[in-house]
Amino acid sequence: MVISFDEMKGNDGSLRPAYGELFRWLSDVRPDVLDYRRREAEVLFRRIGITFAVYGEADAQERLIPFDVLPRILDTAEWDILRAGLEQRVKTINHYIRDIYTRREILKAGVVPEDLVFQNRVFRPEMNGQKVPHDVYVHIAGIDIVRVDAESFYVLEDNARTPSGVSYMLENREIMLRLFPELFARHRVAPVENYPDELLATLKSVAPATASADPTVVLLTPGVYNSAYYEHSFLADKLGVELVEGRDLFVKDDLVFMRTTQGPKRVDVIYRRIDDDFLDPLAFRPDSVLGVPGLMSVYQAGNVTLANAVGTGVADDKAVYSYMPAIVKFYLGEEPILKNVPTWRCRESEHLAYVLDHLAELVVKEVHGSGGYGMLIGPAADKATITAFRVKLKSNPKNFIAQPTLALSTCPTCVEEGVAPRHVDLRPFVLTGRDRIRIVPGGLTRVALKKGSLVVNSSQGGGTKDTWVLDR
Amino acid sequence: MLSRTADNLYWLARYVERAEYLARILEVTQRLTTLPLAYVGASNEWESAVATAGCAHAFAAVYPEANEEAVTDFLCFSSANPSSIRNCFEIARTNARAVRTALTVEMWDAINGTWLELRRFGNGATSREEFMRFLRWVQESSLRFDGSAYRTMLRNDAYWFSRLGVFMERADNTARILDVKYHMLLPAHERVGGPLDYFQWSAILRSVSALTAYHWVYRESVKPWLIADLLILRDEMPRSLASCYENLVVYLDHLARAYGRQGPAQRQARAVRARLENSRMEEIFQQGLHEFISRFIDDNNRLGVAISEQYLM
Repeated sequence: MVISFDEMKGNDGSLRPAYGELFRWLSDVRPDVLDYRRREAEVLFRRIGITFAVYGEADAQERLIPFDVLPRILDTAEWDILRAGLEQRVKTINHYIRDIYTRREILKAGVVPEDLVFQNRVFRPEMNGQKVPHDVYVHIAGIDIVRVDAESFYVLEDNARTPSGVSYMLENREIMLRLFPELFARHRVAPVENYPDELLATLKSVAPATASADPTVVLLTPGVYNSAYYEHSFLADKLGVELVEGRDLFVKDDLVFMRTTQGPKRVDVIYRRIDDDFLDPLAFRPDSVLGVPGLMSVYQAGNVTLANAVGTGVADDKAVYSYMPAIVKFYLGEEPILKNVPTWRCRESEHLAYVLDHLAELVVKEVHGSGGYGMLIGPAADKATITAFRVKLKSNPKNFIAQPTLALSTCPTCVEEGVAPRHVDLRPFVLTGRDRIRIVPGGLTRVALKKGSLVVNSSQGGGTKDTWVLDR
Repeated sequence: MLSRTADNLYWLARYVERAEYLARILEVTQRLTTLPLAYVGASNEWESAVATAGCAHAFAAVYPEANEEAVTDFLCFSSANPSSIRNCFEIARTNARAVRTALTVEMWDAINGTWLELRRFGNGATSREEFMRFLRWVQESSLRFDGSAYRTMLRNDAYWFSRLGVFMERADNTARILDVKYHMLLPAHERVGGPLDYFQWSAILRSVSALTAYHWVYRESVKPWLIADLLILRDEMPRSLASCYENLVVYLDHLARAYGRQGPAQRQARAVRARLENSRMEEIFQQGLHEFISRFIDDNNRLGVAISEQYLM
């Protein structure tokens, strides 16, 4: 059993300064008060949930992601490192995607193997040689970060397509402000509520050159049956932009228009929460009814900005991930600030041999997998599962990578038996515009509510926490 | 505003209004059928309810006979009837969800709460008492939604489209009652007199919640031509055709001003209102009440098409 780093008590049980006030407050507060607030939070969330997160047409299933009332706290110094690391990472990702679709210097230099790019099904040949407005490809990135000790933050995953979860970051803070004004009074917590403002500024900054001075931004959703629809409508509302579906848009004379009660209106920037495959039935999947026929041709003519750009998936799959430290050095000439989790690429024979020898202690993931599907968690698997996985792995090693089982840091969390440490990760949201990179301090902290569990995914019993970055 | 958003708001309001209307029709029918035959005659009130709801054809395709069980099921809970109360609320809620950003929290709570509670009634009421509670609840839900819209929405195009939906639906419903029951209101009928007609007449008034209003307006016992007058020409009566068109003209004008353009919808609404304003009950009866109503229904449909083409597509 690996001992995890606790963000409140460190490795040795001594109180870490950022958690000083919270610890004192927790020692003073009566257990029933905490319990009462916890239930109050649930009522508030249920209200918002009833308002927003009711899924499905056939049954009134309410899928509320559990919320933990104890904040996860980062101090200024920690956040400074994270912010610098995130900026570096996202800058690199943008350089990389532009390079892949234009000069391909990194491939010529042999830093990243060619087949990893060209045989990747998310590689988009349509983007070859394609200019995108202001050279920004990934306007909104969600970088998943884990921590293993006081100093080390690791990037677990880059999300460069349509990362979600930011609505929870914003809602969590609103609920906390209502429930714990006295806790906020004892801390100086950097605000996150300006995220929609920063997002809008980012989106407007990357409008195409042919757009008017005040560009029209819309948010493109797959529709009400999408599981993230709540977030789409929430963001459109906060941004003050129209929430459109594919059928609200049409293409004419190499421009995109939306159908309004006052006739067609030109659209300049589309914040799309819909995958490449479904964007345009004429360019990609012909059976897509979610997209806009002809959208790609407008995009290629440079008359609309898509955020994120088409084809950004080449930068965020798990095989490319393993090259990220080298990619950072290649474009920026800097050492990576955020570490990568050591990764064995099963496509390489020595790596594969090592992985096959150590299956019982490793986590093996599919290169394109997500949401915790199709992976092997060695230490938690029985012999039969490992044997079966071994066959799968040998038959198509290219499709897999392996990583050590990380001892994710823990944070104090309200659970049935009281306050106890639970494993957490962090997803900060990084915005890249024409002018600069914007990051609101913090992000979405996900917490594995089950004791000992390392899986923070909401589909598997994970919850969320408010994330506090303390100001100086 | 997106055309789809306007369309959703318009139909959201129409479906909520329609659910309330259906509930009122059923309440009145229930009441009529409990009276001894001597008071109401031998007509099949359930059949008339289906006709007034405007779904006689759809009903006949599913049920051989119009009786209490079949009609209440069809008008309230049936999924085979696209305009059953259940489907009205389902569609309204789906529309609301699609345009949530255009609704106030209060409106969303009202329609979503209604939808959640609808599930509690399952596939029907277990008793007449429960059924009456259900009908009351439907009307209250509509009141709550309409009140939320009235009290919390910004007065902009979103509000105007939602109002257009309410008044289009209302005009349609009132016209449909008149279309089905017009023979009760013909002057010739007056000579028959007697209790039979009183109960039929008061039922018509109840189905547009105007029985009390009638007495305040006319201070007379219930007379058929006055009922026709109240439902067609009186603009102080909120469900009269005249009042509906007064409102339709107002909200279409708001839109025209905000968008800087008058169109076919505005012209059509004004033309219909002018005809209502310039009509007198005697003339209507002379030229034929039924013809007048039929023409109104056609005109009203034409306005629906005009609104749709001008704004919602």
